[in-house]
Order: sequence, then structure tokens, then C-alpha cells
Amino acid sequence: MTELRGVYTLWLREVKRYLRDRVRIVSSFVQPVLWLLIFGKGIGSSLSAAFLPAGVSYQQYLFPGIIGQTLLFTSMFMGISVIWDREFGFLKEIMVAPISRVAIFLGKMLGDCTDAVIQGVIVFLLGFVLGIRLDVVIFLQILPIMLLMTFGLVSVGLVIASFMENLESYGVIQSFVNLPLFFLSGALFLVSGQHAAALTVPGWMQTASIFDPLTYGVDALRTILLGGAWGSYRLFPLYYELLVIACFDLAMILIGTWAFSRRK
Amino acid sequence: MIRLNKTIETFDLTKKFGDFVAVDKLNIDVDQGEVFALLGPNGAGKTTTISMLCTILKVTSGTAKVNGFDIVKQAAQVRKSIGIVFQDPSIDDRLTGRENLYMHANLYSVPTSEQKPRIENVLKLVELEDRGNDILRTYSSGMRRRLEIARGLIHYPKILFLDEPTIGLDPQTREHIWTYIEELKKAHDVTIVLTTHYMEEADRLSDRVAIIDYGKIVALDTPYKLKETLEGDVITIKTREAEKLSSVIAKTLGINKTRITDGNVEITVREGKKLLPKIIDLATKNELDIESVSIREPSLEDVFIHYTGRAIRAEGSSELRGMSAIRRRAIK
Repeated sequence: MTELRGVYTLWLREVKRYLRDRVRIVSSFVQPVLWLLIFGKGIGSSLSAAFLPAGVSYQQYLFPGIIGQTLLFTSMFMGISVIWDREFGFLKEIMVAPISRVAIFLGKMLGDCTDAVIQGVIVFLLGFVLGIRLDVVIFLQILPIMLLMTFGLVSVGLVIASFMENLESYGVIQSFVNLPLFFLSGALFLVSGQHAAALTVPGWMQTASIFDPLTYGVDALRTILLGGAWGSYRLFPLYYELLVIACFDLAMILIGTWAFSRRK
Repeated sequence: MIRLNKTIETFDLTKKFGDFVAVDKLNIDVDQGEVFALLGPNGAGKTTTISMLCTILKVTSGTAKVNGFDIVKQAAQVRKSIGIVFQDPSIDDRLTGRENLYMHANLYSVPTSEQKPRIENVLKLVELEDRGNDILRTYSSGMRRRLEIARGLIHYPKILFLDEPTIGLDPQTREHIWTYIEELKKAHDVTIVLTTHYMEEADRLSDRVAIIDYGKIVALDTPYKLKETLEGDVITIKTREAEKLSSVIAKTLGINKTRITDGNVEITVREGKKLLPKIIDLATKNELDIESVSIREPSLEDVFIHYTGRAIRAEGSSELRGMSAIRRRAIK
């Protein structure tokens, strides 16, 4: 009970801090809008539509990828909060409290996941503006997938941050992680999959994408958002992809609790 | 002095950072309800000691009992029974004062129904009740420190650790905080362990002072006794016949440590208060006219110099700063 209350308290803190940061919320959808409007329209019109399913525009194809990107970037960004808390001293208040390190990790992780999913939902709602077909059922299917995706990604950020001494080095590492995961996930173009178009990508890239956790998330989002049109393009059955993500989450949560339990 | 229950006992408590011994086989007892000060220069091992007692820093060897719980094996119970105000701020400056306090109450499982009255109480104690709903960013550093002291009390800790409670604060705020600490001692049954490198702070607040240097206790007693054991009382006698008085004192009382400066006789002795009447008697008997007499008690500063051979403020060498940086990093 004490532990659950600790988790809840730390979760609430993360969410409160996030919701209070208006600038971050407003600026959070600027980047996705640029990607979808400029990059999506631009590439879409100069590209032959050969690799896209029939009746799907590049922008529609890109949309789930940008949701994935938002989840990845936001989740990784959240790791900074660990370094901030250490720099500004708040971490000591948590560390000396009578709750376990597991509870500390889970509270922080769940709070950051909530923030990342809120960002994801904001981008999802942008879909209406861009004329992408969305409805409540799709939303309710997307929401748990987004949440499942963030558990592991947020944990990656927290684990890396717990080993970092300062903000600068975290920033460098962050871009080392963000960009490869983003590019190889298939968010922007087909990397791997059943469709013949994917096979034009070099073999090493296809192999690498299999080890990219974001690949499964982006494909799962596309399966829901593009519906039947994506059927013959999808990587794996949805349940299989969700299982892979869940395994990744579990592994990262275990590593995360270990990283937070270290005491010097 | 009556020794009540010991709330803290350390057993050869040691912390090493690489080859550097920050705390060296420390053995101290703290009694229930007392204010115990660890006095020493920066880098002496005060914060390291407190951090180990609070279980946020792993001990290298030895152990300690805090409220009867072992700091190595029963860290969770130790944490529940203590409150701590860190040297550096440890509040969330994006949240309001009250939010910080509620968060603390929840982390320490204070029953929900008791949270509000307790929080209002501690806010009142540190005179922040009308600023409680403001974001911490708008607080001055003195207000932040007061809020942290308030926070440390919400869960009714048996021991409150205060790490340099008034460092970097202006004299007025320092005076305020000293008053709160004195009130705490009077009104609540709480043992207070504080670290400081301010002599006047240790002197004013503490029942007992441990002087710590290079990770070792060099002296431990009440401030009064520490000062008393020094042959440090300085008696200054103003008289026209300084030479004569000086020689009479030397002959009759056997005290040779007299100096004559500007026509004054200065005598450095232990227990000057007891000696003073004798000197006055002697002067009267010898018909020597005394204009005025003053006596200055030794300060803790004198005590510190006596035991360590240097002044406490002669600090700030780069080596020491390096060590405290390592320490801070280790605590995270």
C-alpha cells in the first residue's frame, strides 16, 4: 500500500509538472505538423506511389509514423527529468523517502508514459485537421498501443539518464538513439515487410529494423489506422507485434529498476 | 549529565571514496531529545556522515543504529523514522509549497485525514501559511529553506537531520531559523542532529558538539565544557601599576603567563571566573589601584584551533572542493 501510494505520488508529480508547462504542450505539435505538412506533402508529390498501398497517400502513410516518432522523441526526452531532479536536488528527497527504488522507478516511468501518450494523442487529433479518417473506435484501439509503446521507450531514456552525469552528455546520447530508431522503424519509408517494395532496401537495413522496437509499434499503428489497405503490407500479425513490444517493455522495466536500485 | 536513550549509535562508521577516507571509524552516540552538532570545516566528513545515517550513501565499513534500526540492514525503517533537510535545496520548484508538502506526506504514508492539519501546522511554524499556494520558483532562498524544514517535520520524525541549515542565508533569516530550531526542541520530542561550520550556530543551538576534522572526531562535549577545558579565558586588568601587579600575581599565585599591553595586564588562564576574585583581593591587599576588569571566554573557534591547529575558516583549497564534488556526485 505504501509502495502503491508512492508510485501514485510520483506519477502525479510528473503529470502535474508536464501539464503546467504550457510552452512544451503548445510547441509539441509544431514539429509533427511540419513533418506531416511539408515533408509529407513534399515527398509525397515527388515520389512515385509504387510502394504505397492503393488509395493511400504518402501523408496518410506517414501519419502513424509521425505518431510513433512523437512517442519515441517524447519518451526519450523524459529521461532528462532524472538528470534535472539530480541537478536540482529533488532526487534526494525521493531517494531518502521510505519507498523502494522499484516504486520510484515505476512512478516516474508511468508519469513520463502518461505525458508521452498525451503528446501522442495531440498528434493523433491533428489527423482530423489533415483530413485523415479517424473515429472513436480507432482512437480507443490506438490509445492502448501508444501506452504499450511508451513503457519500453521511456524506460530506455530513464536507464540512459541514470548513468549520465549531465544534461549535455544526455543530449548527445539521446540523438544517437533517437535517429537510428526513427529511421529504421519504417516511419518514413518501407524498410521491411512482406511487400516487394521493401526488398529494394539494403539487407542490413532490413535486418537492423527487425531489432528496432519502434518498427513493431509503427506497424501496429498502421494496421489500425490504414485498415484493410495495409493488410498485405503489414510485417506481422497485430497480436505478435504487441507481444514483441510487451516483451521489450518488460525487459526495459527490469533493467530500469536495476539501474535505479544502484547505490554508491 | 544524565544519558537517556541513545537514538543514534555509530560503530566504526567508515566511508572511503577511492583512497580518500571521508569518514574514519566514527563512533558517536546521540541521546534522545538532544541537539547534537557536527562542527567542522568543509570536507571534514559531516555531510558524508549524515548521508550514511540517512541511508542514501552506502557505508564502506562499520555500521550505525538509528532509532534502533541498522542503517545497512534496515534502511526502510530508518528512513521512515527520520526527517532530513539537505544542504542543497531538494524541493520541486515547479510545484507550490503546499503541493511539495502533500507530496512528502504521501511519500511517508501520512494518513490522508491528518495531512491537512499537519501541513497547516508546519506552515504556520515557519510562517509561510500565506505563501503556501505559490510556485516555489517565486520563493527566496530563505523561504525555501524554511519550507524544507517544515517538510522535514510532516511525518513526525523522531530524529531531524539538518545539514548546514543556515548556509548562505542572511543574518536575519538565520536568526529566524535558529528560533524555529529552538522551538522544535522545546515543543516537540525530536532529536536534532545538525552539521555546521558556523561556530556561533553550534554554540547557540547544540547540547553537545562533536568537532570533526579529516573524518575523525577530535573533541566531543557540551559547548561549555569544550570551552572550559581550554586555558583560554583572557582576563584584562586596567591599572596604572601594571608592572607591579604582574609581578605580585606571578609571585603570589604562581601565574607566569601575564602580558603587559598598553598599560593593561592580560592573563590567559583556565577558569578565569574563579581566579578573578583572587586577583582583585591581591590587588587590594597590595594597595594597587584597579580601574577596570574584563574577562573574555574562549569561543568554539578557539577550541577548534586548539584541537586542529588551524582556523575553521581557512578553507576552500581546490583539493577539498574536489572531494566535496565527488561526495555530492556519489549521493546523487
